[in-house]
Amino acid sequence: MQFGVFSVSDITTDPTNGRTPSEAERIQAIVTIAKKVEEVGLDVFALGEHHNPPFFSSSPTTTLGFIAAQTSTLLLSTATTLITTNDPVKIAEDYAMLQHLAGGRVDLTLGRGNTGPVYPWFGQDIRNGIPLAVENYALLRRLWTEDVVDWQGKFRTPLQGFTSTPRPLDGVPPFVWHGSIRSPEIAEQAAYYGDGFFHNNIFWPMSHTKQMVGIYRQRFEHYGHGRADQAIVGLGGQVFMRKNSQDAVREFRPYFDNAPVYGHGPSLEDFSAVTPLTVGSPQQVIERYLSFREDVGDYQRQLFLIDHAGLPLKTVLEQLDILGEEVVPVLRRELDALRPAHVPDAPTHASLVAAKGGAQDSTVYAAGDDVTGKAPAVAR
Amino acid sequence: MTARTLAVVSAGLSQPSSTRLLADRLSVATSTSLQELGFSPAVEVVELRDLAHDLTDNLLTGFPSPRLESAIEAVVGSDGLIAVTPIFTASYSGLFKTFFDVLEPQALTGKPVLLGATAGTARHSLALEHALRPLFAYLRAVVAPTAVFAASEDWGAGDSPVGRALAERIARAGGELADLMGVERRRPAADPLSTLTPFEQLLSGN
Repeated sequence: MQFGVFSVSDITTDPTNGRTPSEAERIQAIVTIAKKVEEVGLDVFALGEHHNPPFFSSSPTTTLGFIAAQTSTLLLSTATTLITTNDPVKIAEDYAMLQHLAGGRVDLTLGRGNTGPVYPWFGQDIRNGIPLAVENYALLRRLWTEDVVDWQGKFRTPLQGFTSTPRPLDGVPPFVWHGSIRSPEIAEQAAYYGDGFFHNNIFWPMSHTKQMVGIYRQRFEHYGHGRADQAIVGLGGQVFMRKNSQDAVREFRPYFDNAPVYGHGPSLEDFSAVTPLTVGSPQQVIERYLSFREDVGDYQRQLFLIDHAGLPLKTVLEQLDILGEEVVPVLRRELDALRPAHVPDAPTHASLVAAKGGAQDSTVYAAGDDVTGKAPAVAR
Repeated sequence: MTARTLAVVSAGLSQPSSTRLLADRLSVATSTSLQELGFSPAVEVVELRDLAHDLTDNLLTGFPSPRLESAIEAVVGSDGLIAVTPIFTASYSGLFKTFFDVLEPQALTGKPVLLGATAGTARHSLALEHALRPLFAYLRAVVAPTAVFAASEDWGAGDSPVGRALAERIARAGGELADLMGVERRRPAADPLSTLTPFEQLLSGN
């Protein structure tokens, strides 16, 4: 079981003191948070991608590369990488590069993005969200698994004899999770390829998350990747903890009430009752998160959202201490003990290399003009 | 007798509310007609006033509270719908519109619907035709030909020609909805797996 933190990278005014961090401050804070995630013994740090204020993270691979250089065991991921508005060629290149630099400690979560105006900024249309996700990912896979690609599709310039570089580290592309809150088509896509399915699990009732994961598991088995309970599932979730639950509620309430995503709507109590948001003592968090397994089955990855809505860095780091010391060790032990032997762990670079029968250098050495890259395809 | 479920959405704000009063009259008329046709009607009333906060929350969070969800299920799962709103500022009330805004886009496709509205003066009566009917046409509902408007003066009309006209209109509208509800219809499937597009089909761009 992997545990970690995912961030949406929002820059939000702290409602308790009216202070708004600068971009510079918040970007450095995210690096501090990621390093702390490793330090307290968690496994994954994932960063979202946005191209509009109040979010700073337009370039996750740059940020994750910088974090990779300052960590040694932390698995770096995204939450999410936009498969709709990014060029799949650039995604193939960026993440293969990051994978090399991070020594394989990389996977990624693909998502469509939910902000209409972003699409036209990148020459796309939100109404094509699903077809873009389907076509772009099909190309991305080919770019990672085939050295020379001839390709023609609906949304992008055709490719002739194209080689995406660098080739994936050890001949194994990064593991891909498909993130979706409510589109069965994306659960279907994850199942078709036998990839992971990640449900953000923050804004919606658990009954809905359960339904989406159920679709993915059923279709994973349908496509012959294994039994339904062997499918690779990741969940998000949001927590805020203090030793005494009353203190947690008192301290978190102003952040909740003013949070850009759900503030000024339902009460903290109502929202906590219906969604996985858990504000209370570490023990309450443990009990709530153990119960998710009953809803979605044994799953492989749990990411916590802990740094949004204007929470100060100091508080976020305290939350990480509590997670690392009191919550995750218990969840890890309990969930690992409950998991049957035939249910796999989330794939890592090491496990994918092993499954492939060992590492292979997949470097493509082009003959001819090595300056412009216009060499013909190499005979192999 | 074959059962038929009738959902009644009332967007009245005061209690008691003339909107609810009209909704109840329409409900009784429809039930009576259903019984005459040999059906056994079951009525479920949704008072939007009680769901006003839940509706705003849904706008902000994107999902319904359990209470709102059960109201939505009652409406979406019904064989027929009576929708009644007060007329505010020349159109349906915002509360009324919000309820239909938070439904899934295809939720009312093919649903037999009877429209009603109330207001202080009969001069608002065309709002049924220029505001409500287009809304339900957009939702691809099957709207009964007669829509019923009741102004304040209608309630005091008693057994006068004006009062009888309202009663007759209610009876005619109820009969039309009952007729529409008598026909077996294909419902949108609630199970997402039954409408799932297989991936090969998604890949081929269909």
